[in-house]
Amino acid sequence: MLKMTPLNQAHRDMNAKMVDFGGWDMPLHYGSQLDEHHKVRQDAGMFDVSHMLPVDIKGDNVRDFLRRLVANNVDKLTLPGKALYSCMLTPQAGIIDDLIIYFLSETWFRIVVNAGTADKDVAWMLKKRDEWAPNLEITPRRDLAMIAVQGPNARAKVWQVIPNSQSATEELKQFQSAVIGQYFIARTGYTGEDGFEIILPAADAPAFWKSLYAAGVAPAGLGARDTLRLEAGMNLYGQDMDETKNPLESGLSWTVDLKSERDFIGKQILSDTVVTHQLVGLVLVDRGVLRSHQLVVGQKDGVEYSGEITSGGFSPTMNQSIALARIPAQITIGDEVDVIVRDKKLRAKVVKYPFVRNGKVLV
Amino acid sequence: MSIPTHLKYSKSHEWVKSEADGTVTVGITHHAQELLGDMVFIELPEVGRVLKQKEECAVAESVKAAADVYSPISGEVTAVNSPLVDEPGKINEDAYSAWLFKLKPSNTAELDGLMDATAYNELVENEDH
Repeated sequence: MLKMTPLNQAHRDMNAKMVDFGGWDMPLHYGSQLDEHHKVRQDAGMFDVSHMLPVDIKGDNVRDFLRRLVANNVDKLTLPGKALYSCMLTPQAGIIDDLIIYFLSETWFRIVVNAGTADKDVAWMLKKRDEWAPNLEITPRRDLAMIAVQGPNARAKVWQVIPNSQSATEELKQFQSAVIGQYFIARTGYTGEDGFEIILPAADAPAFWKSLYAAGVAPAGLGARDTLRLEAGMNLYGQDMDETKNPLESGLSWTVDLKSERDFIGKQILSDTVVTHQLVGLVLVDRGVLRSHQLVVGQKDGVEYSGEITSGGFSPTMNQSIALARIPAQITIGDEVDVIVRDKKLRAKVVKYPFVRNGKVLV
Repeated sequence: MSIPTHLKYSKSHEWVKSEADGTVTVGITHHAQELLGDMVFIELPEVGRVLKQKEECAVAESVKAAADVYSPISGEVTAVNSPLVDEPGKINEDAYSAWLFKLKPSNTAELDGLMDATAYNELVENEDH
């Protein structure tokens, strides 16, 4: 029996092609994932991301708990509503999940975690809570739905549908959030475009979704979500990294704070680690499509090396194939590599990602 | 979408049209493009290539996956739909007009072994359940 979000019927009513996504019955697309991709880059699209899980942590010293729990530093969160992207690590510095932490007050932080890792994440948080801070309340919020409205016109559309949210959210910068009545609105997203991610009571989600649709926001499925996030150079847990990989070899050094004095799970190993691999972008020079797990080969300073594509696909905005790949650390931006695609060697160029942001091609 | 009755079909979702001049035109079916999703890349065989029935001869790549196209009958490639390479989405728009290649059959008896619209429809129906 597949799990369903509160918007399941709405998707079916809109002719979505439904697929099993990690045990969830989710929309892959509503006709054309390429059209949905372009709509998000050019106008506004919306994604049902209710399969992801908000987890509320409440109590007297949430901050202390989070200082130890995650690799990024929650002391960067001083303004209420400010958000932080971080990895949560095992003691061996492997990535349990990547997540976003919202600081709402000193006694209330909200963490949004991935759908596929939600149970694992919550179990881990509860274990650490029991060990370090038994008075904290950790509440998985399965009573809430989440909708990401993304695109240059996304915020304007949201204000059209909920006008009384405008004054509270108009001044929000990227990675800031606000609570307005039953709505939690964050200027965050997984597409590389502007927009809001909105958390609201599950029962209110279908009407809200339909109002956004009536205001001209196009429903967009998991297919477009993947092509958009790949162009935006955003990691996908389970593909670009997992528990066998640390943040430094996953393009996530920028999310790790090793400078402050605080101890956090995985800090010791991370500090002692010699980085041998890096995550880079690839643009296929030849025609074809790069895909996950394809082998990357080449020569650097006379020495042969190999690596692997972690996420590959087609960039609708660039009309070219792109990928993220984990390759040895000595390869540099601008180098050319070969990718083994169905027994042929195709040429690709190593680039610094993101590939596309705010509708513009950067590579 | 109804399955055109003037065409024949292979188990691997290719359609075949017999032309007046004795050649056949080959494409992939509407059902195939639906399974694959938005097409982004097509690789066609070279004109002059001699194919055996069921030999891999072309690739249709969608955003989701790469699908091999198998020659429905044996023969020599006499033409390929080159413009399709720049507009692979035409397959999604109308799979039965977005042909891939044409063949001069070397054994016309093989055409009799292909499915008609009714049999292909049954195949598709059984797949969906």
